[in-house]
Amino acid sequence: MMKATLILANGSVFSGTSIGGTSERICEMVFNTSMTGYQEILTDPSYAGQGVVMSYPLIGNYGVNHEDNESSRPWVEAFVVRHLSPRGSNFRCEGTLNDYLKEHDITGIQDVDTRALTKILRSQGSMNGLLTCAEHFNVAEVLDRLQKYQVTGTVERVTRKEPEVFPAQGEERFHVAMLDYGVKQNMINCLVRRGCKVTALPASTPAEQILSGGYDGVMLSNGPGDPAENTQIIAELKKLYDSTIPLFGVCLGHQLLALATGARTGRLDYGHRGGNHPVRDIEKNKVFITSQNHGYMVLADSVDPDVAEISHYNVNDKTVEGLRYKRPNCFTTQFHPEANAGPKDTEYLFNRFIDSMGGAR
Amino acid sequence: MPKNPNIHKVLVLGSGPIVIGQAAEFDYAGTQACRALKEEGLEVVLVNSNPATIMTDKDIADHVYIEPLNIYSVTQIIEKERPDSILPTLGGQTGLNLAMALHEDGTLEKYGVKLLGTSPESIRKAEDRQGFKDCMESIQQPCVVSKVVESVPDAVQFAGEIGYPVIVRPAYTLGGTGGGIAYDQRSLEEIADRGMNLSRVGQVLIERCIAGWKEIEFEVMRDSAGNVITVCSMENIDPVGVHTGDSIVVAPTQTLANKEFQMLRSAALDIISALEIEGGCNCQFALDPNSFEYAVIEVNPRVSRSSALASKATGYPIAKVAAKVALGYTLDEIPNAVTGKTTACFEPTIDYCVLKIPRLPFDKFTTASRTLGTQMKATGEVMAIANSFEGAVMKAIRSLELNVRALKLDKLEELYTDEIEELLVQVTDERLFVVAEALRRGFSPQKIYSITKMDIWFLDGFKRIIDMEEELKSCRGVPDADTLKRAKEMCFADSYIGALCHMQQSEVKSLREKYGLYPAYKMVDTCAAEFDAETPYYYSSYDGENEAVDTGSGKKKVLVLGSGPIRIGQGIEFDYCSVHSVWALKKLGCETIIVNNNPETVSTDFDVADKLYFEPLTAEDVQSIVELEKPWGAVVQFGGQTAIKLAKALTDMGVRILGTSSDGVDAAEDRERFDEILQQCGIPRAKGRTIFTTEEALAAAHELGYPVLVRPSYVLGGQGMEIAYTDRNIEEFMKIINMTVQEHPILVDKYLMGRELEVDGVFDGEDILIPGIMEHVERAGVHSGDSVAVYPPLHLEDKHRELILKHTRNMAQSLGVIGLINAQYILYNDDIYVIEVNPRSSRTIPYISKVTGVPIIDLATRVMLGEKLKDMEYGTGIYQEADYFAVKAPVFSFEKLTDVDIGLGPEMKSTGEVLGLAETFPQALLKAFKGSGLRAPKRGGRIIVTVKDEDKREIISIARGFEELGIELYATAGTRDALKEAGISCQLVNRVSQAHPNILDLIASGTIDLIINTPTKGRKQDSDGFRIRRSAVEHGVGCVTAIDTARALLTIRQQSRSEDLTPIDITTI
Repeated sequence: MMKATLILANGSVFSGTSIGGTSERICEMVFNTSMTGYQEILTDPSYAGQGVVMSYPLIGNYGVNHEDNESSRPWVEAFVVRHLSPRGSNFRCEGTLNDYLKEHDITGIQDVDTRALTKILRSQGSMNGLLTCAEHFNVAEVLDRLQKYQVTGTVERVTRKEPEVFPAQGEERFHVAMLDYGVKQNMINCLVRRGCKVTALPASTPAEQILSGGYDGVMLSNGPGDPAENTQIIAELKKLYDSTIPLFGVCLGHQLLALATGARTGRLDYGHRGGNHPVRDIEKNKVFITSQNHGYMVLADSVDPDVAEISHYNVNDKTVEGLRYKRPNCFTTQFHPEANAGPKDTEYLFNRFIDSMGGAR
Repeated sequence: MPKNPNIHKVLVLGSGPIVIGQAAEFDYAGTQACRALKEEGLEVVLVNSNPATIMTDKDIADHVYIEPLNIYSVTQIIEKERPDSILPTLGGQTGLNLAMALHEDGTLEKYGVKLLGTSPESIRKAEDRQGFKDCMESIQQPCVVSKVVESVPDAVQFAGEIGYPVIVRPAYTLGGTGGGIAYDQRSLEEIADRGMNLSRVGQVLIERCIAGWKEIEFEVMRDSAGNVITVCSMENIDPVGVHTGDSIVVAPTQTLANKEFQMLRSAALDIISALEIEGGCNCQFALDPNSFEYAVIEVNPRVSRSSALASKATGYPIAKVAAKVALGYTLDEIPNAVTGKTTACFEPTIDYCVLKIPRLPFDKFTTASRTLGTQMKATGEVMAIANSFEGAVMKAIRSLELNVRALKLDKLEELYTDEIEELLVQVTDERLFVVAEALRRGFSPQKIYSITKMDIWFLDGFKRIIDMEEELKSCRGVPDADTLKRAKEMCFADSYIGALCHMQQSEVKSLREKYGLYPAYKMVDTCAAEFDAETPYYYSSYDGENEAVDTGSGKKKVLVLGSGPIRIGQGIEFDYCSVHSVWALKKLGCETIIVNNNPETVSTDFDVADKLYFEPLTAEDVQSIVELEKPWGAVVQFGGQTAIKLAKALTDMGVRILGTSSDGVDAAEDRERFDEILQQCGIPRAKGRTIFTTEEALAAAHELGYPVLVRPSYVLGGQGMEIAYTDRNIEEFMKIINMTVQEHPILVDKYLMGRELEVDGVFDGEDILIPGIMEHVERAGVHSGDSVAVYPPLHLEDKHRELILKHTRNMAQSLGVIGLINAQYILYNDDIYVIEVNPRSSRTIPYISKVTGVPIIDLATRVMLGEKLKDMEYGTGIYQEADYFAVKAPVFSFEKLTDVDIGLGPEMKSTGEVLGLAETFPQALLKAFKGSGLRAPKRGGRIIVTVKDEDKREIISIARGFEELGIELYATAGTRDALKEAGISCQLVNRVSQAHPNILDLIASGTIDLIINTPTKGRKQDSDGFRIRRSAVEHGVGCVTAIDTARALLTIRQQSRSEDLTPIDITTI
């Protein structure tokens, strides 16, 4: 058993046992409270540049399979668990999580007090961390490196380099352009299942190209990093907004469109990452349990009521969870209606998007 | 939507006596609900026939009726109290059925009482088999292929269509009563017939057998606005086929990938939405382990046993939230008390593993079939929390109090490997241990899976435990720090590690301290640390950070030990006592720390004590808490045998035992020391001898004269105790007793056939207060827990009263009692003999507290902290007698336990009790029997009488009484002759061994109202009496086995009338 050590920017040191790959990793450490869905989390491109601490202590129980990937590879930099199951037990299991992490060189650690770690990240905020399997290291030097590290350029890293087409299931009703800022596969699947042909486009695709591409609607996907650094993308989004094409944004897509229309974004202290976040849909006057994964948010007081109204808010901390724009056929949510991992309770929003495209045609 | 402003006065129905399938969880739920209602400023009227509950306390509800839970009495209460609403979904199936019956017969409408929460239509949809199936079909939720039938031929025909085996589930019964798996036509006929008899609507469901599928449960909540959440998911380690109440259950689910998990979660939410439940609901699913195919097994549109488990597993107070939802609040309007920041409209997420193991009564009912199936048999359960599955398993095993500290039953070690393999097939309460033994013998998890269908992941977990045992054994002495750390992380007890490494427990502890391995307590906070929480609810781990920090209150810390799982002989009443002592200590300015492991109880609610440790109640587990908390004192009197047996260990740890010392406890239990005390005090007791061999037993019996009482010493609840009338009896009992090796001598005592009396007292070192004396209706020989008891006593002269006071006081003084004392006496030949003394709380405390109005636990707690009775408001001596009668009657769960003899004797068999309160004794008796479900026959009714020779003289007057009331008598030859001789007319019925139609046919005919059968001694299962009694249970015919109980039933008929009964609000006492 190889030793592994996690050093946090606040100087905390957690030693445990190495799992997965053994390369040294520096990343932003965040925690996720989901009790199932580790594979979906690992392969969610929104985690690019981040290390994930699973607060649920028993991980890997049902192994891994090729069906549950949310993208072509895991994006999590470092993976921290209390206990990794040595064997996966499930009828779809194709291998152990440990082998999967090894195969993709995701550095991991187990046998650490994940609750204590979570409490640090919650009370002091997400912070950088270094995960190493080295026997000896100089904490002062590591802290210096952690100070300097910043997650940047992640959208560029995770987005598709070339367009990719996903044919509709059944009769093709609409053709949707999916702006891939780090899209999860199930976001595409949710549209495909509803009779949409989906063309996933690189994040930098110019607006003109989209508007002339014969699409019925544009979906702005989830993705990693600080939304405000994507100035070029935001400029293109403004153009899409100024057109009449139906728009539906999720997570990073939601934040980018808000920035494009004059609102501001800010950082949450420790993010929302898990499958149990209650969100009120103001229009339906109902609370839905949602899947979430974000460290930034749209600032409520920066939303110009003439541009958009807040359609959803988080029941726990009252932060903005959704915007409905005054401009027709345009709405966005901070949470993930496509779920995976997490509850599917808000999948109805895809129907809303489908309806909005029906109106445009 | 805020609270409905039209609600002012709410009627809450409890669940009645504790029976298998309906236990303490409903006291927990009801108590929480009542508190939630009172918090809203509502007036609460509570009805429950069970006096041992906390919910029937005056401080829980405004008006409390300990009355039978039937239409008649509840209608009277509604008429008297005129509540505007009724809360039906928190009193288990009993409360729900009763509320539905009151709705259906128009009572609720007549008095303008609104059903709160889920509508009757929704309840009907969920409860009625066909209605439910139709509803599920309409929302595309798959059910198991099944059909509701109302006759045996229909059942057989349908089973022919879908193929055997089939599962039979009766409609509207508790815990699946009367159900089972039928493998062929013959067994189907039998089970279906029984099921139809037991179903309130005469229906049973015949269903495709999907045994071997995973059984998954979701606890879900919904409010009137349609907001839906899941509180907790649970996975049964035992696959479909074992009742969930008898299954080992883990939370959250462990072997479901996100896809299956979300599929079933969505299904549960779709179901609760379609049924329009307003409150809590439990959905059970079967999931094919090899595909995404699943089926809805059952939905409970109410708070259930699983909700109690889910509440304790997550920290989410389901009953409280359900009550508020019923008042009209939506989930997002109800604050989450744990975080203070979030609301009830979220899904708890947990960062630990929870395991529940049922507590089965086979240690008491040694002859009962241990096979587990669709009919629940467990009396209680334990829950354990750890950050690994293995840890939760090891903690839960220790919590069971079965003298087992690991996955290991010594008796299995002696078996051949092929015998182990055979045992793996049998689904019993011991299968977990068989699995472990098989792993030890080298069976692969894959092989065990193929036999048991327990998921490989669980088997791997058990294997890791076995591997750790091997690793420790191979240390050959002192384990290294890493090994010991991993063993402790799996929650191996120091004592077990010691046994494996050939070290003393204390050496293991020292070693662990040398390595710096101390338990760290983690918080249960509903949110996996995502929010700052201050819930004082902890479990141990061996991870670094300890969260159970000193509160800094500066108050004296007092440790209160709970009573562990509910079992026969140690029921809910000890939780009542523990909770009341916590409340009393809080009032006295102490900081209270409770340790318990029973998820069904009020004591394990996180807002009862200042701190709650959800841990096994073993010396080692408690010591770790003691070392952290350094309590000023500990209370062990209230948690039954579980707590008191830790008294010595606590003393050795240097903890001050508040009240009676551990030495006093020992003096009461040690026969020799106790005899000495009796001699000093001049208190007579039945003469007795201690013996080892059958020859010595016979000699002792001859010397003392028959009848004699034979029992092993150091046993609880009269286990293994019998009355011997002849040499043959002695020989037989000794053979049974000696089947297990006896470390202690066997006691042979002269059996005094007198009137049994019982008292609970509080002693402060100088004075004693006896709130009341209880008299048993059955003569000595029937365990006090199984006898009908009346307060105040009917036949007690003042001189005897004085003697009881004097003896109790003297014994209390001699034993050094400070606090509670319970004593049982026999009035025999005009003198008072002592039977037994317990320097601790007893089963009767809640009942006697309520009927006398003396808050016994509060007083005892104050006394333990140094106050004197003479300075309190209740005086000393025997408290003034109430001006009404209170009769306690036992309730049994025999229909759940096949192969158990229902005949009463010195060994306790009841699972619960009810109380009848009235101005006269016969009326109180009638209420008690109504509450217990035992009906006295009316004019035109029929009774079968068949009694043993010793009782033939006494039965005459009873039989005559019934004859005079116009009741038809049937009797077997011997009894018939005795009655005929006395001039009583009765019809002869053939014995079991004689030609048909015989007595069994008569019972099965459904025309008999009561059977009076006093058992001949002996434990033979094939005896006629045994078959008669079991047949009575199976056909739902009342059966009394003690002559005095029969006389009591006659008294009721002669001297009381249902029409005269009026409900009594005990808060006015």
